[in-house]
Amino acid sequence: MNTWQDKAIKTILVGSASTSILIVFLIFVFLGKEAFPFIWDPGFFELWQSRWIPVSFQEEVFGLLPLISGSLLVTGLATLLMIPFGVFGAIYIAEIGSETERSFLKPFIEILAGIPSVVIGFFGLVVLSPIIKTMFGLNTGLTALTGAILLALMAVPTVITVSEDAIQSVPRAYREASLALGANRLQTIFRIIVPAALPGIIAAIMLGMGRVIGETMAVLMVTGNAARMTLNPFDSVRTMTATIAAEMGEVAFGSHHYQALFWVGIFLLLMTFGLNLIAQRVLRKYQMR
Amino acid sequence: MKAAQKESLAFNSIRLVTYFIVIVVGYLLFDILLKGVPTISWEFITGLPRKSGAEGGIYPAIIGTIYLVFGALIFAIPLGMGSAIYLSEYAMQGRLNRYIRLAIITLAGVPSIVFGLFGLGLFVLFFGFGASILAGSLTLAFMILPTIIVSSEEALQAVPMGLREASLALGATQWQTVYKSVLPFALPGMFTGSILGIGRAAGETAPILLTVAAFFLPRLPKSIFDQVMALPYHLYVLATQHPDTVKVLPMQYGTALVLIVIVVFFNLTAIILRNKFRKKIKW
Repeated sequence: MNTWQDKAIKTILVGSASTSILIVFLIFVFLGKEAFPFIWDPGFFELWQSRWIPVSFQEEVFGLLPLISGSLLVTGLATLLMIPFGVFGAIYIAEIGSETERSFLKPFIEILAGIPSVVIGFFGLVVLSPIIKTMFGLNTGLTALTGAILLALMAVPTVITVSEDAIQSVPRAYREASLALGANRLQTIFRIIVPAALPGIIAAIMLGMGRVIGETMAVLMVTGNAARMTLNPFDSVRTMTATIAAEMGEVAFGSHHYQALFWVGIFLLLMTFGLNLIAQRVLRKYQMR
Repeated sequence: MKAAQKESLAFNSIRLVTYFIVIVVGYLLFDILLKGVPTISWEFITGLPRKSGAEGGIYPAIIGTIYLVFGALIFAIPLGMGSAIYLSEYAMQGRLNRYIRLAIITLAGVPSIVFGLFGLGLFVLFFGFGASILAGSLTLAFMILPTIIVSSEEALQAVPMGLREASLALGATQWQTVYKSVLPFALPGMFTGSILGIGRAAGETAPILLTVAAFFLPRLPKSIFDQVMALPYHLYVLATQHPDTVKVLPMQYGTALVLIVIVVFFNLTAIILRNKFRKKIKW
């Protein structure tokens, strides 16, 4: 059989596999290209102000701090919510539930992972936000907390799936040794298995956070989109992702506002990139994949 | 409290937490089903929208979504399957392999809105495609690429090593081995990854927001350089941008139902197929 054909096919395969590298490279290049001019005019330090007023007759201000703090507040709250549900869910599926329950819960979690974020956002808008409003006696149900609840719901599948893999990868011998020494299942789970799987569980939470911080539609629809610096879960906030989605449609290409939105994208990319990289390192180091 | 009591209390609490998730998601699906069904009619599915979406149907949005998903698959399937074959069959290790894997993981973690910015910068502006089906499809293709690569590779890895060794021992070249001895067994599994990709591409809103979506366009696209409506974006617009969001609530529920039925249908198909092939491939 002619070897040139083999070589040609191999070249095509190397080419398609390398596309991923090319795309990652192009993402950085094109985000940078659109954002770059902002560094000279009006200047990189203009991004570090505590107000975001992109459209104004007097003075436009492109401070990213309220957007970053909005993203961090929502992400922090969502993380607090997703940890118990994600970790206990994984423990239940891996260690406690029966085989029948597993065969129903696992596909169910996958279905949850597949529900489009705009549908979750819609549910948050028409069902959850009125509940939040009346429950806490607020003027509006569009708050950081509302967004965080939806985001936790969306991140839970990631946390469960990765944590469950980590729990499953704990050697059987640990379990058997613990039970043989007279520990009951509860003690075995919380004193042996969870500590042994902890690096994987932490990585799972980080991957979940990466998903949360980059999520757009649900937060855009329910967090109220007021760009302000606050730590109050009952305030409206505006996240980085929502800012891009809401404002990019109306902006003049090449304007300062346009460039500032690309800066938001760059910081967003760096944050999720960092979280993912650390999480993957942890998973690989402890062989939990 | 006795240890046994403590154990059963703890297990029941954990069970409660787990089933709480099931209840919330079940409620979400049930709510959309219950309030969406009355809106569904022949006119809703096949009619053009009127009065900026307050009346009429969602036909252009359904068609737009189909075009976008189909377009994304045309680019993503060959690239994804080619990548998976290379990673699994040609380069088990090595520096290039490591970089490719790092790139795939990175790509999988890029927020969808950042993909939107990238698509806007590269396809819409730099290549001059404008806001179009082509720009949107390409953007979605790169977004679903990691999903397709990872599950295709899983399917290839499930084929026993012995098949490859036997083929190579008989003097077949690497590609003959892949083509004749590996792919026939891996292909069904590889397509489940693409089906998962369909679900993801159909439901994404943020990337198409910046690269294709038309606010209100009650006609069908004529070429790949046209803008289109799309189901997820239509739902977003009806729910947040429409002047009278309460009045169009039934239309919102109807659109959400159609979208969720499409997405869940493809995801469920992929899950069922995958479980079937996982069982079958135990030799």
